[in-house]
Amino acid sequence: MTAVQVVALGLVSVGAWAVVVSREPLRQAIVASFYGLVLGVLFMAFQAPDVALSNIVIGSVALPTIILLALARIGRRDE
Amino acid sequence: MSAAGAPPRRPGEISYATRRTMFLVAGAAFAAFLLWGLADLPAFGDYHGVYGLTLNRVAVEETHATSVITAVNFDYRAFDTLGEEFILFAAVLGLALLLREARDEEAGPPDDDAPGRVASETSAAVRVATLALVGPIVLLALYITAHGHLTPGGGFQGGIIAASALLLVFLGGEYVTLVRVRPLPLVEIAKAAGAASYVLIGVGGLIFAGSFLENFLPRGTVGELLSAGTMPLLSFGVGLEVTGGFVLLVSEFLEQALVVRRRRAGGPR
Repeated sequence: MTAVQVVALGLVSVGAWAVVVSREPLRQAIVASFYGLVLGVLFMAFQAPDVALSNIVIGSVALPTIILLALARIGRRDE
Repeated sequence: MSAAGAPPRRPGEISYATRRTMFLVAGAAFAAFLLWGLADLPAFGDYHGVYGLTLNRVAVEETHATSVITAVNFDYRAFDTLGEEFILFAAVLGLALLLREARDEEAGPPDDDAPGRVASETSAAVRVATLALVGPIVLLALYITAHGHLTPGGGFQGGIIAASALLLVFLGGEYVTLVRVRPLPLVEIAKAAGAASYVLIGVGGLIFAGSFLENFLPRGTVGELLSAGTMPLLSFGVGLEVTGGFVLLVSEFLEQALVVRRRRAGGPR
């Protein structure tokens, strides 16, 4: 295992822990976005660039956006 | 984070101590099985998959694609990709059905101000940065889709990158701008055309090469942009479908969050 792979694994475990620990949904969405990016780095380090590309866009852009929009919808009181 | 003390117990509810014991027993058993499995794992980086090793050896010569993963996705296992594509298609379709304007809802003026929140204007820096990024991101998406058979990437990756450019438009502009750059009927047509083109290319294989999704175009020279037969075409089909699907998905959510509101009078909440 190369140093890059060890660092990537470490970052992913820290990131996953951070997502679980942050309890406030808005903050959690942002932390999850960073986690998606870190997971992308992990896939890249383990020679899966195709998966890395998908994960960076889905995990750090699309998923947090959907969560944020859902939160905005729930948070807005009906007039 | 941990619960301080046991919460008050309702009749018939299992006590906190019992639940903890059950978890510890189940967790220990689970851990034991995991460790047992770990002990038999092959060494790190030690790969013995016959299918993978065979493909690595023959794929470039057979398909003229230098990205073996794309060769698997759009040639050897193109039929599986058809299924995956239609999973996305069905999911977006289901979402659009679920989120359609219900009877007790009506569309209000687009509004991204939650009550009680003072919305700040999008700053000039954000506007300039996002506008400057939209072009390069669309270009990157096209590049990744077109070079799927040569380098990592392909229609799926290119498609979601293209869709994320639309998010930037929303981030830097306003909802109204977004609606203008995203003509929904056109997006729907793109999504349907993308899905249909995949099936049609498959039928082309059935007609010209004898079996569904079989390559029927000249393979070309290894490493050139126009090579690997039907792969680039399939890749573009998937790209169109994925872009359309994601744009529709985000649009539906945006509409729910910004435009649709419930009527005041009547209707159960």
